[in-house]
Amino acid sequence: MSVFVIGYYTLLLAVSCLAAYFNKRQVFILAFSLTLVSFILGIVGGPGALKAVAVCAALLGLTAMVSYAFREFLIQLAESNVGSSFANNPPLKYLCLLVPAVWCLLAWIIGLPLGEIAFALVIIVVLLIAMTTETAKELRTAPLTAAFGMFVIFTYAIAGIFAPYIAPHGEAAVISSAFAPPDESMLLGADQLGRDMFSRLVYGARNSVGLAITATTAAFFLGAGAGLLAATKGGWFDQFLGRVADVIMSIPSLIFALLMLSIFGPSTPVIICAVAIIYAPRVFRLTRAVAGNVVVMDYIEAAKLRGEGTGYLIRREILPNSTAPLIAEFGLEFCFVFLLVAGLSFLGLGIQPPTADWGSMVRENATLISFGDITPLIPAAAIALLTVAVNFVVDWMLFRSSGLKEQ
Amino acid sequence: MGDILGLVGKRLGLGLVILLVISIIIFFMVELLPGDIAQAVLGQGATEDNLAALRKEMGLDKPAIVRYLGWLSGAVTFDFGASVVTKEPVISLIGERFMNTLFLAAYAAVIAVPVAIVLGVLVALLRNSIFDRVANVATLTSISSPEFFLGYILILYFAVKWGMFPAISSLSDGMSFGELLNRTFLPALTLVLVVVAHMMRMTRAAIINLLASPYIEMARLKGTPPWKVIVRHALPNAWAPIINVVALNLAYLITGVVLVEVVFVYPGIGQALVDAVSKRDFPVVQACCLIFAATFILLNLAADVGAILTNPRLRHPK
Repeated sequence: MSVFVIGYYTLLLAVSCLAAYFNKRQVFILAFSLTLVSFILGIVGGPGALKAVAVCAALLGLTAMVSYAFREFLIQLAESNVGSSFANNPPLKYLCLLVPAVWCLLAWIIGLPLGEIAFALVIIVVLLIAMTTETAKELRTAPLTAAFGMFVIFTYAIAGIFAPYIAPHGEAAVISSAFAPPDESMLLGADQLGRDMFSRLVYGARNSVGLAITATTAAFFLGAGAGLLAATKGGWFDQFLGRVADVIMSIPSLIFALLMLSIFGPSTPVIICAVAIIYAPRVFRLTRAVAGNVVVMDYIEAAKLRGEGTGYLIRREILPNSTAPLIAEFGLEFCFVFLLVAGLSFLGLGIQPPTADWGSMVRENATLISFGDITPLIPAAAIALLTVAVNFVVDWMLFRSSGLKEQ
Repeated sequence: MGDILGLVGKRLGLGLVILLVISIIIFFMVELLPGDIAQAVLGQGATEDNLAALRKEMGLDKPAIVRYLGWLSGAVTFDFGASVVTKEPVISLIGERFMNTLFLAAYAAVIAVPVAIVLGVLVALLRNSIFDRVANVATLTSISSPEFFLGYILILYFAVKWGMFPAISSLSDGMSFGELLNRTFLPALTLVLVVVAHMMRMTRAAIINLLASPYIEMARLKGTPPWKVIVRHALPNAWAPIINVVALNLAYLITGVVLVEVVFVYPGIGQALVDAVSKRDFPVVQACCLIFAATFILLNLAADVGAILTNPRLRHPK
């Protein structure tokens, strides 16, 4: 019996007793069942297994603390009510949004410097506009999992936007021998061609996530546009779109994507188009259902009698009343698309080399796994972490928007 | 009984129509190729004579509609023509592989379905407790992970570190059934992890949805214990959505198997499809897509029929 094992059980039992004394039933059940499981684990796996459990628990605690702090930070920011000063001053709002946006576009097209910073500014302004006391009220209801999700998304956004500043080496620069172990200049070692793994991981945040977001946006505009039109127009148009969606949805998504890629060849525009066609029907169905519920309302009837056109109805009456489920759907679609694109690039049919991309990084370095090295799993874990994070946030938003309170 | 048969027949007809439309899509999408199949197969450097010879061999000189009808009538009897790369008949390339894929999917399903339903009922019973929350986070994580991530983690621990199961599922003739199960255990487990999470969440949601209905309130008020309320009163009415989810996930098992097969180098139809896509072997791609789509539609159909059979209310649509 080492000191560690004695300390481990003492701590667990102390937590259980304290929880029981202060009537924290849930904590007690968790701590005590962990104690019981640890008995078995300790007998089977020895102190090593108990150490693994302790490390996991410590990591979990750390994550919880970070999430809690991040949520409080957001709440404080929202309490200051910066957003309302923007809302009360439209010229300021548009100025703050347009200048960096135009700069960013110019940087992209003609190569102005500091495009990354301009892009980050656009996002910061959008976030600041959203920071109002109402948001603070909403944020207070966020569970820790959702706060964790927001924190992860925040981290990925920073890594993706500022990739060239964060990564120590270029994304395609060959700097050492193949599969070189980690050293001072390479945090995670080299990949199969001698490129720095860590730099490629950071650039991957830009390439893989960027592609997934673009593809999701394309699918979303196609699907939501068609759904809104179908709901407002109705009749044969609605029927026709519905049947088209039925047919597309009855082909498995990965198979359909493979079919299209085999015909048009694997390139980024083809992937975006393929994903847009495959996922638009799902968005279409949801939008049509949500908008269908709004269309039958009296105020829509009133607007129609006023003589408003379809465009006005969609923009001013239907959209504001169906944003919450649509935003949640966007998050959900993003997860599906991200996983599909990652799968495609894992199969070697996604973003083509030498561009860094998480899915293909896993495949290229998979041989290392048979030597017990976990480096190739890091990009895969990065994919999983982001998807989990988005799912957590979506879960909370769905719960808020449905007003569903389980008994 | 007659109206059930009518309803089922209607669904079957609808499924056939959709399958027909999909076969049209699959066939005519290849026609969208820049140039034609012969050009794509032989590449830019092909001479006119070679192109003409291949076109004649593949029957490309006939109009598209004639070729489509020929292809479709062949497909009904599982004759998908010959591969353009190896010149072998497509069915001899993918026939056995399809059986392997079906075996893997069945293996995973046999483990996953009972586990998922039992766990789903259990979390519905313990809803909003700490276990429910842990299960929620765990299943969400499992759903969000790409299949290759789960697959490689299993390889790392079960095959490389602990040496319990083989990392690569190479199958050979004359293997004993136990050996077969052992070799395919890791790919099956990967599929189980993904599918169980999804089915469990849906089972829980289906049961919790019902718990708000008045008849459950009644059962609770008369003093029935909670587990009995769920097993005796809620579960029978939750069968329809649960069957739906099970069928959907079985469909997923057969199509989502592509990535898992590549990770474990399993000789299945998904592996064949990926190879054919990178070699631009269009007859094989078309055949695989059609088989996958047909399986997908068949299972969805089974879900609809199952829902109709377990829920009498669906037999009399408003």
